[in-house]
Amino acid sequence: MLLALITISFFVIKLIPGNPFASERMQPGAKKAIYAYYGLDKPVYEQYYLYLKNLLRGDLGVSYKIRSVTVNEVIAKSFPYSLDLGLRAIVAAVAAGLGLGIVSAYRRGRALDTFTMILATVGTAVPSFLVGFFIQYLFAVKLRWLPVAQYTSFAHTILPSFALSLGMLATIAKYARASMIEVIYADYVKTADAKGLSKMRIVLHHQLRNALLPIVTLLGPMVAMVLTGTFVVENVFAIPGLGRYYVTSITNLDYTMIMGLTIFFAGFLVVMNLLVDVVYVLVDPRIKLS
Amino acid sequence: MTQPGTELDFTHVGAREGEADSIKRPSLGYFQDARRRFKANGAAMAGLAVLALLAALSLAGPLAVPYNHEDGDLLIANRGPDSEHWFGTDDLGRDYWARIWVGGRVSMAIGILAALLQGCVGILMGSLSGFLGGKVDLVVMKLVDFLMAFPYLVWVTLLMLVTGAGLVPMILALTLTGWLTMARIVRGQILTLKHEDYVVAAEAMGASAARVILKHMIPNTMGVIIVNLTFAIPAAIFSEAFLSFIGIGMRAPMTSWGLLVSMGMKQLYSYPLRLLIPCACISLTMLSLQIVGDGLRDALDPKLRR
Repeated sequence: MLLALITISFFVIKLIPGNPFASERMQPGAKKAIYAYYGLDKPVYEQYYLYLKNLLRGDLGVSYKIRSVTVNEVIAKSFPYSLDLGLRAIVAAVAAGLGLGIVSAYRRGRALDTFTMILATVGTAVPSFLVGFFIQYLFAVKLRWLPVAQYTSFAHTILPSFALSLGMLATIAKYARASMIEVIYADYVKTADAKGLSKMRIVLHHQLRNALLPIVTLLGPMVAMVLTGTFVVENVFAIPGLGRYYVTSITNLDYTMIMGLTIFFAGFLVVMNLLVDVVYVLVDPRIKLS
Repeated sequence: MTQPGTELDFTHVGAREGEADSIKRPSLGYFQDARRRFKANGAAMAGLAVLALLAALSLAGPLAVPYNHEDGDLLIANRGPDSEHWFGTDDLGRDYWARIWVGGRVSMAIGILAALLQGCVGILMGSLSGFLGGKVDLVVMKLVDFLMAFPYLVWVTLLMLVTGAGLVPMILALTLTGWLTMARIVRGQILTLKHEDYVVAAEAMGASAARVILKHMIPNTMGVIIVNLTFAIPAAIFSEAFLSFIGIGMRAPMTSWGLLVSMGMKQLYSYPLRLLIPCACISLTMLSLQIVGDGLRDALDPKLRR
C-alpha cells in the first residue's frame, strides 16, 4: 500500500512540467554538474530504484531548493511543532466536544443545547482556515488579547489550536450528544439510579463509555483532518511546522521535499489508523481483534 | 331524561357502496412527499434562501456596476467602500464588488460542476461494482480503499501540480479524487437492491443490465445520491479555496473566493474588509449548503431522522 503510494507519487511528480532548476540561469557545465549531483541525469527508472533504496535506509533525500538541507532534517525540525499543535487541537476538541455533548444531552431543548447544535453546524461547515482568520482578526488584531502569529509561548498556541479544533469539536459534540441521548433512558442507567449512585458516577462510569465509541471511530478521519488542517492553519499563524513546509515546497516545486513529506504523512496516517484500531478494542470490549 | 342517539336525532345514512375504500386525498409520490417535508423545515428553507441570494448576486452582481473584475485604475487603488465602489477597490484599483461576485461565479461553478462530475463517475463505478460483483467489485473497492487511505487534498495537490492551475484542471482533479464516497454509497445501495423482487422480475423479463441499473436501481437510490451531491458541493468549494490559498488553484487576474482570501490575508492589517468579505461569502455558502443538505436528508430519508 505504502509502496504503491510512493511509486505513484514518484512518477506523478516526474510528470510535472518544468523542473526546480529551470528558473536559475547558469553555465551549461554547472547545470550538468547539478543534475549529476542530484542524480537527475540518470534514467527515470534508475532514479526510482535509487530513491527506494535510500528510502529503505530511512533517507528521504536532499532538498532541491534549500541548499544542503535534507528532508529528514526538515522533518526533524518542524514536525514537533505540527505534532504539538495537532495534539493540543485533538485534546481540546475531545474534551470540549464531549463536555458540550454530554451536558446538552441532559438539557435537551434548552439554551445550551441550542448553542451546541448551532456550534455543531457552523463548526462542521466553516473551514478551519477561515475560522483561523476570523479569530486572528478578532482576538489578535482588534482586541489584542493574544499574539497574532508565531508559536513561542502558551499564549501563542491558543488561537491556532482553537482554529484547528473547532471542526472536530463540532463533530464530537454532535455524536456525543446523540449517543448520550440514546443511553439516557437505558435500563442499566435506571438501575444505577435506583441503586442511589450519584449522577456524576452514572455519567462517568455507565454512560461515558457509550458516548466514547463513535468518537473513537471518528479519531481516524480526524487525524487526517488535523493533518490537512495544519497545512493552512500553520500558514495563517506563521507556525514553522510541517504543513507550512509542505505548502512552500509545492510553490517552490521542490520535488524531493514534496515526495518526502507526502511519504512521511502517509506513513504517519497508516500508523495512526493502526493505533485507532487498537484503542477501539480497548474501549469496546465487545470487539475482539481478529 | 332523553336518551341521546334516538331515531329522532340521527338518520342512518348507510354505507356508500364502492366508495368505502376509495382514497380521497391525492396520493403523494416519493419526491412530492419529500418536498412537503423539506418545506416544513424552516432552517433548510432559510439556507436555501441564502443560497439563492448568493447565487443571484454572483450572477447579477458584476452587471450592476460599470467595472469589470480585471481592469484596475491605479489612481484609485485601495479605496474604502463608497457609493462608486460598493466594496472599495483592491491594491491595483480593481472594483472589489465585481471581483467578489465574479469570484462567486467561479467558486460556485467549480463546486457544482465538480460535484456533478464526481457524482457521475461515482454512480457509474459504484453501480458497476455493486451490480457485477466478483473481480470488478474487488478491483474497484481496492482502488477506492487505497485512494481513501490518504487525505484527498493531497491527491488533488499532486494532480494539480501536473496539470497546472486553472478552472478546467481543477475540476478534473477534483473529479478524479472525489468520486470515492459516492461510489461506496451507491455500491452499498445496489447490493441491497439487487435481490429486491422488482429487480429480479425485471431481469426475468429479459431486461439488460444497463436497463436494470438505469431504470430500476438508480431511481431507487436517488435520495441518497442527491443528499450526497449537496455535501459534495461545499467540499469542492472548500477545496478550491484551499488550493487557491496555497497558490496552485486559480491565478490572478482571474478571481475566485479562495484566491481573494489568500490575497486578502496579506493585507489583513491594513484592509481587513478584503479578507472578511470573501471569508464571509465562503462561510455562508458552505453553511447554507450544509443546512440544506441536512434538510434534504431528513426529507428524503425519514428513517434517518433523529
